[in-house]
Amino acid sequence: MTDILEFARAQVLDRGVGLDEVAVLEILRLPDERIADALQLAHEVRMRWCGPEVEVEGIVSLKTGGCPEDCHFCSQSGLFSSPVRAVWLDIPSLVEAAKQTAATGATEFCIVAAVRGPDARLMAQMREGVQAIKEAVDINVAASLGMLTQEQVDELVEMGVHRYNHNLETCRTYFPNVVTTHSWEERWGTLKMVRDSGMEVCCGGILGLGETVEQRAEFAVQLAELDPHEVPLNFLNPRPGTPLEDQPVLDPKDALRAIAAFRLAMPRTIIRYAGGREITLGDLGTRDGLLGGVNAVIVGNYLTTLGRPATQDLELLAELKMPVKALSATL
Amino acid sequence: MSGFCGRCGRALSTEPAHVDCAAALELEPPRYCTQCGRRMKVQVVPTGWSATCVEHGALSS
Repeated sequence: MTDILEFARAQVLDRGVGLDEVAVLEILRLPDERIADALQLAHEVRMRWCGPEVEVEGIVSLKTGGCPEDCHFCSQSGLFSSPVRAVWLDIPSLVEAAKQTAATGATEFCIVAAVRGPDARLMAQMREGVQAIKEAVDINVAASLGMLTQEQVDELVEMGVHRYNHNLETCRTYFPNVVTTHSWEERWGTLKMVRDSGMEVCCGGILGLGETVEQRAEFAVQLAELDPHEVPLNFLNPRPGTPLEDQPVLDPKDALRAIAAFRLAMPRTIIRYAGGREITLGDLGTRDGLLGGVNAVIVGNYLTTLGRPATQDLELLAELKMPVKALSATL
Repeated sequence: MSGFCGRCGRALSTEPAHVDCAAALELEPPRYCTQCGRRMKVQVVPTGWSATCVEHGALSS
């Protein structure tokens, strides 16, 4: 019987073909003493098929809280007794956030709203905000506004939004345990429209929602089937007042297994460290991930929680001799 | 001890040792006014946060 890492080396590293669900599951079940080997292979795969550059992004919440959906991990749902209150960011503050993000060397700035899908007010705010950012800052603008209609997809393209984030969050079989107010298939439908529009697709999820390792493997291959430009990997940071507030934080070894496994499932995709890495993996985990298949980071704060200062991540990238992806290379 | 916990909003006079809350506030902004315990409007941006209490005004990082 061929060792799974030898098999992955031949298939993923040498030929650039991602692992299937059975093989991903084997990676997720590797014993502790083989995690370092898996991360090393994932790093080699990333370097060969993506290169040494790291894409840096900042994110900001344009409309926080008061969401009608019941995503069980989310402190912004209006259906839970979360302490997060509804608030809108004004345009000057949005532009200032984009400027501060660009000043870190980031090439991506993602505008996020806690909504089922955008209404006319939010689309108008987006139009004004994207235009103001483009006039003031050299940075790519991405958006994450929930489920879209075809007309809204077309409007975002026309505004100049170059990438759209819409996370599947978890695998298809586990999704109904996490969200009941809309379906995995509805999310998939928005992603297909975004893909067909020419916008880059950003789609990932959250690990540690209570899914099994089998479901984690299922999720990795479902993402691979979608073939997004970018996969943000979040780790659950249990939020007060949400149904998952008492869910244990993911074991850091399982988080590292997952990083390697997702890279081996998607050798050419941007895999981004997103929320929860600080609480799950600590400072050392950022280094382990960047040397284990991750090739993008969200720097600074998240939507409702705080991250490491951007300088810490940028200093780490310099130490690891990983260049920050330049804006000119992404336009 | 007087005032309120910025994370859970409970009075510190009745529960002075909010060790877990204090640790959590390393990675999240306060959600409750420490003077009156009201829930605040909080805006997080990449480089900081700001919070507003309807009674006691604005705070920022």
